[in-house]
Amino acid sequence: MNFFGSARRFLISSAIAYVILKALFLSGFLTGYVQQIILSSFIVILTSLGLNVIYGYTGQFSLGHAGFYGIGAYAAAFLGVHFKIDSVIAFIPVLFAGGAAAALIGFIVGVPILRLRDDFLAIATLGFGILVRVLLDNSDKFIEVLGGSRGFIGIPKLVNIDLVIGTTVFLLLITRNLIFSRYGLFWQCIKDDELASMVFGINSARMKLMAFTYGCFLAGIGGALYAYLYSFLHPSNFDFLKSIDFLIIVIVGGMGSITGTICVGFLWIAIIEGLRIALPPQVLELRWVLIPLMLIAVMMWKPYGFFARRESRLLGLGKES
Amino acid sequence: MKALDVLGLKKSFGGVTAVEDLTFSVEEFETVGIIGPNGAGKTTLFNLITGLYRPDSGKVLFFGQNLHGVPSFRLAHLGISRTFQNLRLFNSLTVLQNITAPMLGMHGYGIAPAIFRTHRYRATERAADKKGRMLLDFFSLSGKEEQLASSLPYGDQRRLELARALSIEPRLLLIDEPGAGMNPREIQDLLRTLRQVKEHFRLTIVVIEHQMGLIMNLSDRVMAMDFGEKIAEGTPSDVKKDRKVIEAYLGEELVC
Repeated sequence: MNFFGSARRFLISSAIAYVILKALFLSGFLTGYVQQIILSSFIVILTSLGLNVIYGYTGQFSLGHAGFYGIGAYAAAFLGVHFKIDSVIAFIPVLFAGGAAAALIGFIVGVPILRLRDDFLAIATLGFGILVRVLLDNSDKFIEVLGGSRGFIGIPKLVNIDLVIGTTVFLLLITRNLIFSRYGLFWQCIKDDELASMVFGINSARMKLMAFTYGCFLAGIGGALYAYLYSFLHPSNFDFLKSIDFLIIVIVGGMGSITGTICVGFLWIAIIEGLRIALPPQVLELRWVLIPLMLIAVMMWKPYGFFARRESRLLGLGKES
Repeated sequence: MKALDVLGLKKSFGGVTAVEDLTFSVEEFETVGIIGPNGAGKTTLFNLITGLYRPDSGKVLFFGQNLHGVPSFRLAHLGISRTFQNLRLFNSLTVLQNITAPMLGMHGYGIAPAIFRTHRYRATERAADKKGRMLLDFFSLSGKEEQLASSLPYGDQRRLELARALSIEPRLLLIDEPGAGMNPREIQDLLRTLRQVKEHFRLTIVVIEHQMGLIMNLSDRVMAMDFGEKIAEGTPSDVKKDRKVIEAYLGEELVC
């Protein structure tokens, strides 16, 4: 089938990465804590990839991405707890339901706000992100089990390495295929010149909505995986600052580069968690001085991000491989 | 058959009238030149025809069909295409992608074929690729397919703008000041290219231009505009001699 045939190199490199990680996990060399961090980086990558579709490829500046991440997490957690899901197989439909919930909200919100451009869109999405945070803080008032500001507890821990890597590889492949199809081309046309793309027959309102909905879907999947990896959700994990994390990964990796999002996604988690180990506890918060300094340096050195708009041929993320 | 029929078209911005009660028509396969001083409302007219502005009153008929309220992207599907005075290429895309994107907008495939890379995806992409390369070859841009559009020299960008306008196989092509920013030599090349376009692609052309030589050589008929109104219309040589046209360009006193 063409779906796999056109992605041979990507599937091979994914398989190698999977085997290495699986061996590391089974060897007992990594503590449970480190394993959790490694799995969380895949989640961050998936969610950032969603923002890259929205902002990096289509040019729609969104500051509310963590809101959709949170919607996915809470929707999946609620469904799982409500239906008493206790196996990985039964979790898969819940996972996609989390993605679908974020996509649906993204679609509904996108219809009015995607008419806005640049800064105005940024403010509208920022407002949406804050709205989600406030709703989650007070969620126990209408649905008790969501826990409100006390947090959502008792989510079964169903996420394992097979599920995380399987989901990531599957969705990366779909995203790559979309980006290298006419839809990805239209998204980039809209980013370059929306007026010209309309004159040349591209239904820009529809294409922007498609990119936004799909990006939110990826965030929702990321959120759902997060919920079942940590088995605890708190509204503070989905606030405005989290949106900035995703934004940084997209910009530093390269707007319009899947490879960039993957590499910088791993790098981001490695730096944040690595500094936690490297720095003595009394100066740990120096992280938030060091990281911004690094960002300034990177932006001066590589203003278009590490990968600009390029894709790695080695990873098989180009159009064909 | 009338390809384009503009009836009593009016558009003003605040207190400034850009197009005032304009009526004119273009026959199928005809080439009409529009001349007029800066601010005469020529580009506004193009923006009204391509749906970027809504007229205050009046209407535009395209092969008899009223275009009122038809969104821009649909006009492309009906067969109206244009170039922009200040180039509006897709700068971060390659030269070839600038051509194939509009093509794939006309004849595409659904989301499922895109995700699963079905036969339909491959066949459509390959066809657009092949047609795109042929079109680039026609505009002497072959060999530059994989370069970024923004990296091309100005003259090549102008030709790419024309090639992109033709990529959607329009029935009506609106060309907005193709010679802007060109020296006399480049204008000669441009004229040759435009003549080839006229011969090879059977279509109706409306061209705005300040370069009289170009307009006189290319057009079957010329319309002159000033302050949003039509001040003269006829064969190129008649319009050139028209008293009102000379006045519009040179001022009243000089004519006497």
